[in-house]
Amino acid sequence: MRNKNFSNIRAIYNRELQSAFNSPMAYIFLFVFAVVSGYFFTSPFFLIGQSDLRGLFSIIPLLYIILIPAITMGMVSRDWNIGTMEIMTTLPITDYEYIIGKFLSAITIIVTSLGFTIIHVFTVYRFGTEIDTGAILCGYFGLILLGTFYSSIGIFASSLTDNQVYALLSSFGIVLLFFMMDKVLIFVPSATLASLLQYMSVDFHLSNISRGVLDTRNIIYFLSMSFLFINLSVRSLESRRWR
Amino acid sequence: MVRIENLVKNYGEVKAVRSINFTANKGEILGFLGSNGAGKSTTLKMVSGYLAPTAGNVYINDLNILDNSLEIRQQIGYLPELNPLWGEMVVYDVLQFTARIYDIVGRKFEKALDRVIDQCGLNGILHKKISACSKGYKQRVGLAMAIIHDPKILILDEPVNGLDPNQIVEIRELIRNLGRDKTIIISSHILQEIQATADRIVVINQGQIVADGTNEELMASIKGNTLLTLETKNSTMESIESLSTQLSNISIKDVSDNGDNHIIQIEYAAELDPREDIFKYAIQSKWSILEMSVYKTNLEDVFRSLTGKEAVGA
Repeated sequence: MRNKNFSNIRAIYNRELQSAFNSPMAYIFLFVFAVVSGYFFTSPFFLIGQSDLRGLFSIIPLLYIILIPAITMGMVSRDWNIGTMEIMTTLPITDYEYIIGKFLSAITIIVTSLGFTIIHVFTVYRFGTEIDTGAILCGYFGLILLGTFYSSIGIFASSLTDNQVYALLSSFGIVLLFFMMDKVLIFVPSATLASLLQYMSVDFHLSNISRGVLDTRNIIYFLSMSFLFINLSVRSLESRRWR
Repeated sequence: MVRIENLVKNYGEVKAVRSINFTANKGEILGFLGSNGAGKSTTLKMVSGYLAPTAGNVYINDLNILDNSLEIRQQIGYLPELNPLWGEMVVYDVLQFTARIYDIVGRKFEKALDRVIDQCGLNGILHKKISACSKGYKQRVGLAMAIIHDPKILILDEPVNGLDPNQIVEIRELIRNLGRDKTIIISSHILQEIQATADRIVVINQGQIVADGTNEELMASIKGNTLLTLETKNSTMESIESLSTQLSNISIKDVSDNGDNHIIQIEYAAELDPREDIFKYAIQSKWSILEMSVYKTNLEDVFRSLTGKEAVGA
């Protein structure tokens, strides 16, 4: 990759974050995330005196199902909608640089939101017993991988339309599909299909990582799926532009 | 230099641009004139590389835009129609973003920024959000983004749309100054705009080029009729009507009764001059002539005759 690519990606990335933090969107996302995740950590902490992060790590993937599509819905579709795509595509940047810049900015917002939960980690270290540091680190790593995958889906959905609501609903649909895949296995008649569905599902891979098992197959799943959706976004951009 | 060869753009069944050809040379401001929906913006979108042509080619400095897209985009400055901008961004940030894409950073950016602040008059709004800027300032920000890398080729799609008369004069001045060492294509549906800034005018109608030449060449190409307005006193309707029978080469288009006075619109072929005969007839009929004015063909008439439409906003 040329230096130019990095510099362009950085420019797109910075611009996207400036837009996100100059408007209420990023703050709403961070606020909702902090409040809801905080509730699910603190209520067992105070009510039953339990201090661990399992509750938190199981609620965040559910929060992601709606919050990540919300944060990514406007990332590409808004450029179509307000016409700034015309500026973007006549600047000397490639479609890859454009999509990757947006993608990295989404991941940054997600990692920032996870940063708020560090306070709960301190609480656990202060009051908890039998703390498994490896499992906590793996849990965060898994959530970042999951956020990466969902962001790529969100960006893809956003590249398909100039309507943010359509983008939100379709990325919500795709994310839900990957989330639900291993929850419907009992209805699947074929064992091969069932195992395929299970392998494709998010929870199958996330649960391994959350338990503290770092298996390259799980990491490869998230990274390759993200790669797939990033590529689909670039293709969608190209096809829309050249129509 | 921008060369357009047999450029075609179809949107499904709709033929927006039908095989057009023209060249814009270095140091030239080319005015691209057409009524709304004539195919101006579609053409400029293809020249800027935003839309792919259905057929034909665009060459920028002899490079084909489809094969050398990134290289060409580096050399072009483009202000799209309606000037889309991210309203939530601060003016400084959006200029820094654009400059960074063109590899203008650090000291180079500071110099480029000073230049565009000066050229576009951005003083005082640099740290404002774009959504808080007036329409005129937004237009200047769009223009500043288009020229921050000092491009050789500048494409401005309706750059003065929605500006007030003072702002229009300033932007015209800026475009004329920029035009000295660049190739500029400026589009408008407003004739005065094109007349005021362009060295050469290309008129497009229903996706086709219908005229290409300087202001004077275009006016010479059309020989319309001359319209004469006559305001008279002490005239009667009978004497006015008999004027056209007395002078066979004129026709009376309209007569309006203005109390004691009449305002008479007379039309005759451009090569004739019956004013003296009209004057003599007036004396003979004991009219007093209060006003006699000749309306000569201007570019607006050329435009109307070429497009068969009223010039919007003209």
